[in-house]
Amino acid sequence: MNEDWVLYEVFLRSRSGLEHKHVGSLHAADARMAIEHARDTYTRRQEGVSIWVVRSSEIVAADPEEAEALFEPARDKIYRHPTFYTIPDEVKNL
Amino acid sequence: MYTQALDSADTAAPQGDADEGGRRERFQGRIDRDEKIEPKDWMPQEYRQTLIRQIAQHAHSEIVGMLPEGNWITRAPSLRRKVVLIAKVQDEGGHGMYLYSAAETLGVSRGALIEQLLAGRAKYSSIFNYPTLTWADIGAIGWLVDGAAIMNQIPLCRCSYGPYARAMVRICKEESFHQRQGYELMLTLARGSAAQRAMAQDALNRWWWPSLMMFGPSDAHSVHTAQSLRWKIKRFSNDELRQKFIDVTVPQAQYLGLTVPDPELRWDEPAQHYRAGPIAWSEFHAVLKGDGPCNRERLAARRAAHEAGRWVREAAAAYADKHGADAVAAPSG
Ligand SMILES: [Fe+2]
Ligand SMILES: [Fe+2]
Repeated sequence: MNEDWVLYEVFLRSRSGLEHKHVGSLHAADARMAIEHARDTYTRRQEGVSIWVVRSSEIVAADPEEAEALFEPARDKIYRHPTFYTIPDEVKNL
Repeated sequence: MYTQALDSADTAAPQGDADEGGRRERFQGRIDRDEKIEPKDWMPQEYRQTLIRQIAQHAHSEIVGMLPEGNWITRAPSLRRKVVLIAKVQDEGGHGMYLYSAAETLGVSRGALIEQLLAGRAKYSSIFNYPTLTWADIGAIGWLVDGAAIMNQIPLCRCSYGPYARAMVRICKEESFHQRQGYELMLTLARGSAAQRAMAQDALNRWWWPSLMMFGPSDAHSVHTAQSLRWKIKRFSNDELRQKFIDVTVPQAQYLGLTVPDPELRWDEPAQHYRAGPIAWSEFHAVLKGDGPCNRERLAARRAAHEAGRWVREAAAAYADKHGADAVAAPSG
C-alpha cells in the first residue's frame, strides 16, 4: 500500500473582511499541492477568496475530557454580560 | 477534520474499561439530547465501526459513480451539456474526497480505504454497476439516481457524528444541480422527436427499479437499521425513504409523459401515497455480491486509474522531498 500523503486542514476566507474558517481536510505531497487541491476540492463555487492550509499534525486540540475544567468556570460569571445590570428606563444611551 | 493525531488515541481506545457502562450511558444521553459527537470524543467501538463502514461505502460510491457518467463526457451532444456533465462528475469526485476525510477522523487511513476498494473487499452503491447505454441514461441518472441520493442524504445532514453531518451539508448543497440538470435533459428528450421520447422511456425503464433499490433492503431485512436509528446515524428507515422518493418522483414522470415501469403502481387515496409493486431483491443481492452487469468493469477501471496515476504520485513525492514539503512558491525557471 502506498503511504498516504501528508494530511492538511483547510481554512477558507469566504469573502474579504471575514475570518478564515475550517472547511475540511485533504492529502497532498507538499504545501503548494495542498493549496491547489483545496482550490479544486473546496472552492468549486466561489466559496473562498483566500485559502490557508496547515498540517493536521501541527494542530494542538484541547481534550474533550477537560471541557469542564476549561469552560465551566465561565458559566456563573453572568456579571460579564451587559444584561446583568439594571438601569432605569429613563436613562438613555447606555 | 483533524485526523492523524487521533490514530494513536483510537488504537488505545479502552476496550474493557471499568467505566465502559457509564460512558455508554453518557454517550447515549448526549445523542438523545441531539448533541454532536466530534472526533476526539469518547464513542463506543461499534458506533465508530458502523460509521467507518457507512462513510467509506458512501465515499466509494461517489468515486465509482463517476464512471457511468464519465462514459458520456466525450459524446455529450452539445458544449453546454458537456460542461455540465464535467462539472457534475467533478462534484462527485469532490464528494468522495469530503467523505474520505470524514472517515479518516475516525482513525482509519485513506490508503487503507482505497486499498479495500481496489481489492474488491469494499461495498459501494449497487446502482453504479449498471451500464449507461444511451445519452438518455445521463438524464435518468441525474433525475433518479441523484434524486434518490438526495432523499438519502438530506437526513444525514443531521447525523449525530459532526464531521459526517458537515460533509453531508456540503454535498447536499451541490446535489440539487445534479438532479435538476438530469430532469431538464429528460424534459428535452421527452419534448423531442419520437425516437428521443423512446430513448427517454427506455432509460426510465432500466433505471427505475435499480433506483428504488438504492435505499437498501426492506426494513424487515435490514440488519443495521434499529441501532443506527438509536444512534441517530440514520433518521428514517430504508422503506420510509423509498416511499418518499416514489411519492415525489411519480408525478415528475407523469409531467414528462413517461410511464413508470411498474404495472402494479397505484395511488392509495386514503393513505395519500403511491403504492409500488414488489421489488426483485434477488437482483439487488446479486449486484451487491459482484454479479451486476458492470461490477468487474468498474473495479477494473478504478484499478487502471490507480496504476496509471502511480508515476504522478511518485513524481510529486520526489519533488516534495527535493524542495521541502512546505515550500509554497513554485520554483522559477
Ligand atoms: Fe454525490
Ligand atoms: Fe450527485
